[in-house]
Amino acid sequence: MNETAQHSDSIKPLLELSGISKNFPGVRALSQVSLELYPGQVTALVGENGAGKSTIVKILTGIYQPDDGRIDINQKQTRLSSPQVASQVGITAIHQETVMFDNLSVAENIFIGHAPKNMWGLIQTKKMHQDAKQLLERIGANLDPSIELKNLGIASKHLVGIARALSVNTQVVIMDEPTAALSYKEIEELYVLIERLKAEGKAILFISHKFDEIYRIADRYTVFRDGEMIGKGLLNELKEAELVKMMVGRDVTGIFPQRTGTLGETVLEVKHYSHPTEFDEISFSLRRGEILGFYGLVGAGRSELMQCLFGISESSNGALTLDNRTLHIKNPTQAIDNGIVYVPEDRGGQGVVTGLPIFENITLPSLNKLSNRGFLSLAKEFSIARSYSEKLELRAASLDQHVELLSGGNQQKVVIAKWLATQPKVIILDEPTKGIDIGSKAAVHAFMRELADDGLAVIIVSSEIPEVIGMSDRIIVMREGLMVAEYSKATVSPELIVRDAAGIAEHVA
Amino acid sequence: MNSETQSVSAASQSYPDRLQSKLRRVLVSWELLLLCVAVFIFWLNTQASPYFLDPWNLSDATFNFTEKALIAFAMALLIISGEIDLSVASIIALSSTAMGYAVSIGMGTTELLIIGPLVGLACGAFNGLLVTRFGLPSIVATIGTMSLFRGISYIILGDKAYSGYPSDFAFFGQGYVYWVITFEVVLFAVFAIIYTLLLHRTSFGRSVFAIGNNPTAALFSGIRVNRIKFILFLLTGLMAGIAAVCLTSRLGSTRPSIALGWELEIVTMVVLGGVNILGGSGSIPGVVLAAFIMGLVTFGFGLLNVPGIVMSIFIGLLLIGVIGLPRVWTKGLHFWKSIVSR
Repeated sequence: MNETAQHSDSIKPLLELSGISKNFPGVRALSQVSLELYPGQVTALVGENGAGKSTIVKILTGIYQPDDGRIDINQKQTRLSSPQVASQVGITAIHQETVMFDNLSVAENIFIGHAPKNMWGLIQTKKMHQDAKQLLERIGANLDPSIELKNLGIASKHLVGIARALSVNTQVVIMDEPTAALSYKEIEELYVLIERLKAEGKAILFISHKFDEIYRIADRYTVFRDGEMIGKGLLNELKEAELVKMMVGRDVTGIFPQRTGTLGETVLEVKHYSHPTEFDEISFSLRRGEILGFYGLVGAGRSELMQCLFGISESSNGALTLDNRTLHIKNPTQAIDNGIVYVPEDRGGQGVVTGLPIFENITLPSLNKLSNRGFLSLAKEFSIARSYSEKLELRAASLDQHVELLSGGNQQKVVIAKWLATQPKVIILDEPTKGIDIGSKAAVHAFMRELADDGLAVIIVSSEIPEVIGMSDRIIVMREGLMVAEYSKATVSPELIVRDAAGIAEHVA
Repeated sequence: MNSETQSVSAASQSYPDRLQSKLRRVLVSWELLLLCVAVFIFWLNTQASPYFLDPWNLSDATFNFTEKALIAFAMALLIISGEIDLSVASIIALSSTAMGYAVSIGMGTTELLIIGPLVGLACGAFNGLLVTRFGLPSIVATIGTMSLFRGISYIILGDKAYSGYPSDFAFFGQGYVYWVITFEVVLFAVFAIIYTLLLHRTSFGRSVFAIGNNPTAALFSGIRVNRIKFILFLLTGLMAGIAAVCLTSRLGSTRPSIALGWELEIVTMVVLGGVNILGGSGSIPGVVLAAFIMGLVTFGFGLLNVPGIVMSIFIGLLLIGVIGLPRVWTKGLHFWKSIVSR
């Protein structure tokens, strides 16, 4: 039996997921997906944000339990019931923002939880440092094991993470966008390291949005879309364009509401907007009734730009003109008073005030308008909250229900309602449908279009290609803090903006 | 067809203001529980001493809490916003020392009434700057100023004491407005109303709750988080300055050890009043009731000749109990549910 396996051409997968499903309240994150990882090979997991990539990582690392399906490791069914179990069976994840201990040394980070101990149960520091040194040398990392982690850059932290993986005899290494914060040279070093891990027979799951690096380093691919497994196979049998198509998938026109209003005069004009670290030389204008989309990868500086327009941070250079008046927005209060409002991506952390009821959330930015010499009128508050709840078809038991009891989609409606109550001129929506169910998604889309048709100027930031293409009249693509392309609805295509965002050179096709 | 029925059902979705009736909300409130406790302790006191119900005696009992409660009102807002000021007792010391110094160089009552609150305001501004401008955690910043403010008093006074306050200054700590009603009780009642309105009826108070629940989302909703926190530190300092006027007037002298350890009692009063020590919720009526309860207990212990150190132990236990009980309760509930479900 063993012999036949060795003689056959195809190697058996080291880790095999089949029929995995995972539901969250109101959202089906994964539906019957499968994934195989082979020893000595890199499998690239490709998909848009919200496709279910991070959910599968959390299942593999024992943080989530799947509702359905089976996991086999070395042809043996295994339950990854906790992060400890996942680590014991040899699965290690190196995250985009690696979770480690900044105030501990490199050696302590490598051996945390399984440090060599003497007969009294005390840690043998010397041995630990020697072992750490050995592990680091094995991966070609020239790091001092006694240095504190906070003194290292992201690339070195990755190395520590990988050394840690090797110290527990890891078989499966998950790399979740490991190159996101690395320089060109560091990326090259990472590639070398990945080759070494492959040579040692580790199975590697490589998650990335960058197609050039996927083609550079990966042997196999698996594509997820909307929580489903769309395709998998060997990368050298697949053209890049086909991979992009698989990832983006569905027909993006048709399901989105179309513009019925006409474009009005220019409301917002941004010129040469710059920030010391996040973005540079951004210029665009926005007209009444228009929806302007911003597309880009994580770290492209879109959210930072929007928060700067909203006054969370200050711009270092450039001018903002609203209704022909030049403004210097220093804080959100000024932005709101001038009619610029922002629906943040982090709904729970920045959008709704959990702990307060719905009506208090809706009236929060308009308290000054609703109060008489500072005194509030509950009747007025309830009536405002009710009218916007009706307009947005909020699903709630009562207006004094705490917002944290609502579903994600309805929380988003509360955030939108609170801004509409301020009667804004420009509304910025940052990933407005992230993590909300399909039904609420359609409602939010329809409502956004309605707002634009009513004469509001809308900016939408989205990493979901169908959404940004379907909703926007114009699309601006950002990469690494710069505007790299602008498209009208007629000229845009999913392939184009994916290429622009990832920085892939034009193919002669 | 399908969309039609959907829109009909959407239109028929109604939004009642509140699900629970007002009566029901009162019945399950922490304040009602406090009221019952207050009545019970009041009854215990009447049993402990036949002289307790004497109007003059009751009037004397109010001194046990009025000055602390004045500070507790502002402290309640500060704690609801997620901050704390542990330097309040030291502010009293510094403020009282300043008034004593003013008397020693020949100033009169009017000047004292300005200087006391003004010093409090300045101390509050200092705390507020440390927290909002320099981003220090308030618990650390105000432990620092707690030592700093009282330290300055010690340097100025050493082992001496200021006394010789003008005779008309005595009114603010010892005077009666009408019959047994003291000036301090009137002040307490007026500020109780002011702070109730401020916290529960104004946009300022609403902002305080929003900040305490989620400062980031409050900022993203256009609330000027740092400005409001600064104002709260100012208010707390001001109230400590006003309390310093009352206490100095009542004692008639200033030592650097004046109001030592009051911050503990004030924070206990606030937390007993139902204010979440982690911020985000609480009410002024609750703090008023907690003030009554602590005043009655202190007075009852006095009637029973219980030594002061026992009182201090009691306050410590009360603080731990009030913060810990709800958690023990919910944990126990979870435990019980897990047993039942098995």
